[in-house]
Amino acid sequence: MFRFIVRRLLQLIPALFGLSILLFIWLHRLPGGPETAILGERGTPEMRAAIRENLGLDEPILVQYGRFMQRMFRLDLGTSIATKREVTTEFLQRFPGTVELAATAMIIAILVGIPLGYLAARRRGRLLDHVSVAGSLIGVCIPVFFLAYVLKAIFAENLHLFPASGRQDPTIEATRITNFFVLDGLMTREWDAAADALWHLVLPGLALASIPLAIIVRITRASVLEVLGEDFVRTAEAKGLTERVVRQRHVLRNAMLPVATTIGLLTGGLLSGAVLTETVFAFSGIGAFIADSISQRDYPVLMGFIMIIAVVFVLVNLLVDLSYSLIDPRVRVR
Amino acid sequence: MALLDVEDLSVTFRQRGKRTVRAVDGVSFSVDAGEVVGLVGESGCGKSVTSLALMGLLPRQPGIAVEGRADFDGTDLLRVDRRTMRDIRGRDVAMIFQDPLSSLNPVIPIGRQVTEVLARHRGLSGDAARKEAAELLDRVGIPDPNRRLKEYPHQLSGGMRQRALIAIAVACRPRLLIADEPTTALDVTIQAQILELLKDLVRDSGTALVMITHDLGVVAGMCDTVNVLYAGRVVETARRKPLFAEPRHPYTVGLLGSIPRLDAGRGERLSPIRGSVRDVLPWADGCAFAPRCDRQVDACLGQPPQLALTHTDRTYRCVNPVPPAGSPAPASPTAAEPAAEGIVPAQATAAEDAPAAVEDAPAPAEDAPAPVAERATPPAPREEESA
Repeated sequence: MFRFIVRRLLQLIPALFGLSILLFIWLHRLPGGPETAILGERGTPEMRAAIRENLGLDEPILVQYGRFMQRMFRLDLGTSIATKREVTTEFLQRFPGTVELAATAMIIAILVGIPLGYLAARRRGRLLDHVSVAGSLIGVCIPVFFLAYVLKAIFAENLHLFPASGRQDPTIEATRITNFFVLDGLMTREWDAAADALWHLVLPGLALASIPLAIIVRITRASVLEVLGEDFVRTAEAKGLTERVVRQRHVLRNAMLPVATTIGLLTGGLLSGAVLTETVFAFSGIGAFIADSISQRDYPVLMGFIMIIAVVFVLVNLLVDLSYSLIDPRVRVR
Repeated sequence: MALLDVEDLSVTFRQRGKRTVRAVDGVSFSVDAGEVVGLVGESGCGKSVTSLALMGLLPRQPGIAVEGRADFDGTDLLRVDRRTMRDIRGRDVAMIFQDPLSSLNPVIPIGRQVTEVLARHRGLSGDAARKEAAELLDRVGIPDPNRRLKEYPHQLSGGMRQRALIAIAVACRPRLLIADEPTTALDVTIQAQILELLKDLVRDSGTALVMITHDLGVVAGMCDTVNVLYAGRVVETARRKPLFAEPRHPYTVGLLGSIPRLDAGRGERLSPIRGSVRDVLPWADGCAFAPRCDRQVDACLGQPPQLALTHTDRTYRCVNPVPPAGSPAPASPTAAEPAAEGIVPAQATAAEDAPAAVEDAPAPAEDAPAPVAERATPPAPREEESA
């Protein structure tokens, strides 16, 4: 187990190295540069050159990359060109928002998706099955930003049930510790702050949950159907076990194996930022920030954020693999 | 009175857009306490569907109809409500399945799979259940049971898995055990061990055993009474020794003829039954075996053959049966009897076996199912896939 984890973490090093090279070349090959974002259309060539020199962008790309790697080894991601703040600071401030949003979406998707997929499989061919299959197809097909706007228009702007934007009501004086607003509220016992942050998560969480929910419903349904036909379920029935035991111990546990893998992959995807959802709800996570940074050619932010996301992605999948070996004894990690 | 009395069991599968399939078509047999009864036949003859119907394990779908009676000690297994059936299954009637790897849950330790049935029916839990489970594994010949309890099915060999499955089945000392091809997935040496184990368990516990198999070798080694099934009906029922000594139904003869024998001469060829189980006639149109039968006569077609009851405890369903050994062959319209070659070795010993067979049968009158009057069934096409 321990060796498995160490090996997986060591595998990260060449992956990150390769990613950094590709990313660096790709970003610096993009036409335009930060000087355009700063100066706009009117800057003279001299002003542009001055800014490029100032940022060190006039040097050969190899030298720039070497300097980037030097900083990386000191775990220094540099300073944002646009905000003039440390990339690490920006990340630590925004990433918790994305994590909260992704977690909300995933919890909704799991809590609704697994029972729904299970019921659809048990009622195969009946109304609930058809509704959930059709519904999950729609869920995959509806563009997230469209769903986000619809939810916002109905529940925030018309019915005023939920806030329309932001992570927390700015009039609430909340203490910041981790920048996970819900967690901060709980830790400082500022219950109203925690509740308000949670309230702000509902609509973007629902919008973001639509695709994972649809996928989880389908995978669960297919997986349960497959397990229901397995011989060991018949054995369990032949033992005279109660329906509840057969369902929970024998059907669901085996059916969860493919679902766990899917959840891991989906979670990794959600953490890399939900640009559209965050934009619609003006939710300050990393998604919207990365999108801005691309248009402004904010190289340090892009390099830093994407590298960290890559690490997070690998860690999440490592966790999934570890949990997989907990539920399936045939997959013992070595 | 028999422990299990199956009367006129029929299972029909109806699916929209497909032909209605009568997988089991009026099967009757009985099992006494402590008796080993074989259900023998090719794939698709309805053996497994019969066992699943008795266990109440057929999917409860509108398209699947189970008719008839299966009287188990006063309870009709086919009519009993689902909750009572769950109480009976695993406690009074238990089943051993064909493929031990797929029949065990891959993500649960063996021990848990044994103790859960102890908990369900015998109220054992914790250490008591684990101790009992270890004893069960020990009883079915699994060495080092305490270690095995913690292991998962994939860590056991095929033979060990089947032993574990048997331990689960006998955990609550059922009165009836149904074994559906329990040795098919195992290699030959392990097969023999598993059969020995089943024999011992049956002898020691007095459990009745229904042995479902396509392998007449298994029948020869274990069964007291044999029911030969073809196309969903019992075509011949007899005690083991008479059956092997003088099979009357041409299909039984064919089955015996298709067993490879080590003591056969070099030049002797196997005589398989020609055609396949697909070439059947609906029973309503005559004998289902007629298209493959060497002894077919005109009387085979037109109406289903009745069950004939002989003076011994044997019944068969044939209008032109193979003549009993020793008696001069009656003039039959189809005198050609190539299939009879298959029983030549058996005929030689028939005289010695016959008295022994009578001794084997303590209550011959009860063993044989009563001849069943033919029901007027609508023409029911069948397919191999049904089983």
